[in-house]
Amino acid sequence: MGLADRINQSARKLPTWPLYLIALAYAAYQFWLGLSGVWIEPINTLERQYGEAALILLIAGLTVTPIRMYLGINLIKFRRAIGLIAFFFLCAHLLVWALLDVQSVSRIWADIVKRPYITVGMVGFLLIVPLAVTSSNSVIRRMGPVAWRRLHQLIYPAVLLGGVHYLWLAKGFQIEPVAYFTVIVLLLVLRMKRLRQWITAPRST
Amino acid sequence: MARRWTNRLTHADVTPKSAFLNRRQLLASGMGLGAMSIAGGLQASETLEPNTFEQITTYNNFYEFGTGKDDPSKNAHKLQTEPWSIEIDGLVETPVTMTFDEIASSFETEERIYRFRCVEAWSMVIPWNGFELADLLDRVTPLPEAKYVQFETAVQPKNMIGVKRGVLDFPYREGLRLDEARHPLTILATGIYGEPMPNQNGAPIRIVVPWKYGFKSIKSIVRITFTDEEPFTTWKDLNPREYGFYSNVNPNVDHPRWSQATERLIGGGLFNARQDTLMFNGYEEEVASLYDGMDLTKQI
Repeated sequence: MGLADRINQSARKLPTWPLYLIALAYAAYQFWLGLSGVWIEPINTLERQYGEAALILLIAGLTVTPIRMYLGINLIKFRRAIGLIAFFFLCAHLLVWALLDVQSVSRIWADIVKRPYITVGMVGFLLIVPLAVTSSNSVIRRMGPVAWRRLHQLIYPAVLLGGVHYLWLAKGFQIEPVAYFTVIVLLLVLRMKRLRQWITAPRST
Repeated sequence: MARRWTNRLTHADVTPKSAFLNRRQLLASGMGLGAMSIAGGLQASETLEPNTFEQITTYNNFYEFGTGKDDPSKNAHKLQTEPWSIEIDGLVETPVTMTFDEIASSFETEERIYRFRCVEAWSMVIPWNGFELADLLDRVTPLPEAKYVQFETAVQPKNMIGVKRGVLDFPYREGLRLDEARHPLTILATGIYGEPMPNQNGAPIRIVVPWKYGFKSIKSIVRITFTDEEPFTTWKDLNPREYGFYSNVNPNVDHPRWSQATERLIGGGLFNARQDTLMFNGYEEEVASLYDGMDLTKQI
């Protein structure tokens, strides 16, 4: 039995619910750090921690398919949890921004309309809302696999917008946003049909 | 010491922590904020108290040492500050080079408690120790055509991780019009809270221009050049729409990516309220006349 098979076999035995607990504990711990005074600028730091967690999870969700396609490791059973937790961190990021950072309804609206990097982030978030709403088994059954899959392709533009949002808010040339953006573009390129066919096609030697 | 500008804040305003916690609550209640926006100017600074030494020295922008706010405090110990000298050249009769020790022994320092407003919409109150830049500029005779001064930060690629990574077009350069540079509020700072300037804050000597966004207050300077034209400045070169040559603190002119109408004073915790940004960072009375006849919404 190959390594991939062994990983698949043990992954099947693992439950997904601990992922939700870990996420909640992490979010709570970050909030507590914000309260505790260890960060000089807790509002901005907490906002970034939640936003970065969301981006990392969205990227992790995008790796599930290529990992199966190219490595034969099937982690699909964790993908819903990854996506929902990403959505949870996006909500937390948005709440910290609106309630603790901007602090006023008129300024929130002005920022969404006037600041392109916020507009882009907000559009990305809105694209993800229907995906979170349609994540339960019963909705998937009701929609049917084709419609569901088509709707969930919204994740591609959404993650791309998330990457642009991060890139755009940086001052000067900063490594992290560029790295995230590059990974996102690579993961999207890996999904292109032609490339996929070319890589996985059997070759005569 | 020239004493052209008298600091109405004294050492007694460097309030012990226990006392300023109470005052913070007063400010947060809105009473303080209301009084401040009416009174403006120097009155406002009298109701403020300096940030802690820890806040001032661990939340910094100094891209030579990385772009994270805590990077400079982690990486700036590598900055080589001895020996240190400043060259004063360009359109002057006789260029001079002064060592830091010569400078430190030539000018008597005083404390200046200034508001510090970052272009990123956060602010601090910092008790600098320094002397007026005009005193140093008086050591040379500028040629009549000199209109500006350019400042340059040291470049030590081996010691500066941000320089190795090419975050900006180093050396970092900034500039002022000569009348701004000679304004009594413009200082060369050599310390904070009576301590020698910490590396991450621009050791051993830096400029502080309190009515402009923080990036104009260039750190760790090694050169002052008199020029007849507006000199190259690093951030303006990178993005002139976002970072103008003047970059005066102005609540009415937004940064293209965020509002400059309010700011967050560092140190208020997770539920810290934003406060209104003051025109010229609260130094309007002192400096507004420098810009008479200029359209500050265009000449940013």
